[in-house]
Amino acid sequence: MRTVNSLIGSPIERLEDLRFLRGRGQYVDDLARGDMLHAAILRSSVAHGRIRSIDVSRARALPGVHSVITAEDMGNRVPRVPMRLQPLPDFEPFAQPVIAESKVRYVGEAIALVLADTPAIAEDALALIDVEIETLPAVADHRASARDASLLFEETGSNRAITFRALRGDAAAAFASAPYVRRERLRTQRHMALPLEPRGLLAEWEAARGRLTLYGGAKVLFFNRRTLAKAMGLPENAIEIVENDVGGSFGARGEFYPEDFLIPFAARFCNRPVKWTEDRRENLMCINHAREAECDVEIACTHDGTILGLRGHAYVDVGAYMRTNGAVGARNVAQFMSGPYRIPHIDIDVALQLTNKTPVGTYRGPGRFETDFFRERLFDMVAQDLELDRVEFRRRNLVSKREMPYPIATITPFESKDELDSGDYQATLDRCLEEIKWSEKSKLAGKRLDGRYHGLAVGCFIEGGAAGPKESARIVLESDGRYAVYVGSSAVGQGLETVFAQIAADALEVTFDRIRGVFHGSTSYVDDGYGAYHSRSVVMGGSAILDAAGKLREAIRAQAAQRMGCPATDVEIVDGVKAVGPAGKSVALTELSSAGICADGAFLNKKHTYTYGAHAAHVTVDPKLGHVELIDYVVVADCGRIINPLTVNGQTVGSVVQGLGGAMMEHLVYDEDGQLLTGSLADYLIPTASDFPSIRAVMLEHHPSPINPLGAKGAGEGGIIAAGGVMANAVANALGSLGVEPRELPLTPSRIWELVQAAGK
Amino acid sequence: MEVEPRLTLADCLRHHLRLTGTHVGCEHGVCGACTVIVDGAAVRACLMLAVQAEGAEVVTVEGLSNDADLTPLQKSFRKHHALQCGFCTPGMITTAHALLSEEPDCDAARVREVLSGNLCRCTGYIPIVEAVLDARAAYGAKARASDRGGERA
Repeated sequence: MRTVNSLIGSPIERLEDLRFLRGRGQYVDDLARGDMLHAAILRSSVAHGRIRSIDVSRARALPGVHSVITAEDMGNRVPRVPMRLQPLPDFEPFAQPVIAESKVRYVGEAIALVLADTPAIAEDALALIDVEIETLPAVADHRASARDASLLFEETGSNRAITFRALRGDAAAAFASAPYVRRERLRTQRHMALPLEPRGLLAEWEAARGRLTLYGGAKVLFFNRRTLAKAMGLPENAIEIVENDVGGSFGARGEFYPEDFLIPFAARFCNRPVKWTEDRRENLMCINHAREAECDVEIACTHDGTILGLRGHAYVDVGAYMRTNGAVGARNVAQFMSGPYRIPHIDIDVALQLTNKTPVGTYRGPGRFETDFFRERLFDMVAQDLELDRVEFRRRNLVSKREMPYPIATITPFESKDELDSGDYQATLDRCLEEIKWSEKSKLAGKRLDGRYHGLAVGCFIEGGAAGPKESARIVLESDGRYAVYVGSSAVGQGLETVFAQIAADALEVTFDRIRGVFHGSTSYVDDGYGAYHSRSVVMGGSAILDAAGKLREAIRAQAAQRMGCPATDVEIVDGVKAVGPAGKSVALTELSSAGICADGAFLNKKHTYTYGAHAAHVTVDPKLGHVELIDYVVVADCGRIINPLTVNGQTVGSVVQGLGGAMMEHLVYDEDGQLLTGSLADYLIPTASDFPSIRAVMLEHHPSPINPLGAKGAGEGGIIAAGGVMANAVANALGSLGVEPRELPLTPSRIWELVQAAGK
Repeated sequence: MEVEPRLTLADCLRHHLRLTGTHVGCEHGVCGACTVIVDGAAVRACLMLAVQAEGAEVVTVEGLSNDADLTPLQKSFRKHHALQCGFCTPGMITTAHALLSEEPDCDAARVREVLSGNLCRCTGYIPIVEAVLDARAAYGAKARASDRGGERA
């Protein structure tokens, strides 16, 4: 079909790079308006308390201050941040007001908004606002939360938002007759996406037309527009949300946050453009946190290592409110604990516990990183108990190719059924072992050389992608004969303009330079869009482009047929520049395009794609310092059809390093009063260039997804998902002779040192 | 130009001179996104006051770019896919440029050491290190030329 197809599958250098490399990207803080006001936000320094009074008079009197806004200025209706995903009624009582009303529930919650002529004056004015807060006992962890002694929402009578349950088969019966059972308590720590660009917004209100333009959107523009329209009492089409260049999302950036209402509200309130950019401390306190989970999990096996069942209780600390996607991580902890393995009987519940900490949301591989750590750590312990080779144990239990599609546990109360779509999980495991030279390196496992113990580990993963229900695209044949592609997908730094141009050019059967551009990032381009989450852009947006391209080619043929007076079926488009009819007649597309030809396409989907693969790590550990050195790290993943090997490899390696951050160093630490102790990048450590120098990704495309026309699977999260489990197992393998069994992340030098000390006693 | 004493060099470049290629990621000197070259040395523009730059030569990413084509360092970044969201990129380019101008023969360990002052959340650094190493040739040639001309202080 594709006569000129050469782009899909090629390592095309990115179009975006041309502006980014020259400092010509345009991020939201790069925007300015002559008459704009600058916003600064007063945030609670108390984790849990009742607001007694707010006196803004001194702040208002400061020269250069235009206004100070508090909940009082919104009358009796302070809007709530709605749930975007899993919008169950159970969550409604725990929704966040966009500005604190009677109570504050975490350090960082917005109390007042200052609008001033300069950012510096706005910040000066924050110090002049007098707030009296009666401190209440802070709920600092999930155990305290479950005691319900101090309630975040008194009227609900409970700090538990909901309990999800993942069910498959009959776990009780499986465990009752199981020859071997092991139970473990395992923990992952609170950490976060930390996109490098701080959040920011610029809102412009046109009073005469009743129109609002909001710059600084990302990820899910259309949902945010619906939410904002409702909260501001405006029709949706009176609002345009614009996505500028975005300095990373990783799930966190672009969700509807309180500021996404406060800044537009302020622009209308003051009738002036208003700009806000958070500083890094605010970012650490306010953007969604993630990953804080604990589980008591039990596994049942036969003595030959066939898994019979998995059951247990998990607890996820969701922070102070249920925000847009705050339930996804917890849901995934339960639903994906089985990962790529054949586990016939599953019963895992997960309690979402509110605490006086920053609310949580998705972070790349949400819930999957946590639950893969639980599962893979447990597997190595089981293999050791049963005296089985840990690779063989995994191989024996991986879902096989002939079992596809393979149904996984169903989640209640959401009743979300899901199945693994396709693949050969054994093949990626084998390739991964080969890449890391497993059999050769196994000789080193547990050995001490030059004061450092060598450790080796391997783990398997699946990565969900392609969330529905829909994505939209529009392609326009322009007057110069080039094509403009408009999409409802969002670009958050992943190279969407390039990969979509590759897809469009191949689908239109034209060369790359005939695609004038891929236009994303405005609610004005297509009627509806769903954005960038759950590794969905290529599958959903890409398939929508295919649909639009097919329809555009039909429209071109129809129009050419009319010109040439022949049936459309007799018209062929040649080289994307002319339409050729019977008897040598032809018409240039530039001639047709003057009449304006465009086509809308969409892709609807209810199923998910599952990229899959394996990670392997070789580490050395210094037991005296607790220091871990990564000698080699390999990811092998099959992600179906690869559009651009350069970007998918790059995202996988980058994703691994984020995962290593979560495994080894990143930790949002709170004290017992709910104070965040890691409020700067000097305290919250993320990987740097010198930490993990040896990481490789091998991306395969042996098993295209059967559920979309591209055959693509969502990718980009697979590098992070298995990292915690694999690193913990590598450390355990290294220090096996000392009896060290990590049960908690991150594996900081001090934690490893403590484990070594404790094991020696 | 006249500025308030408390204005940082980063804010001065971005908001007063409208040179928005220099990015601000942390304002406490950790992330390196705001790195600019002041009198030949890579410095963090968020930790320097604008008034301290009085009389100094300040080069930003815009000053290391031209309209016609990408520079060899920029081409190398593109070839190695050493950037994704692009936010840390100007700081990486300025830092790498300052390094390669001084030490065109630096090895991978040295590149990693110097770049460890610049955070990137997308790439995992591996392609950035490769890009910088691959760009050494362009600087080596330049350094030798300027050595011969005796221009290096």
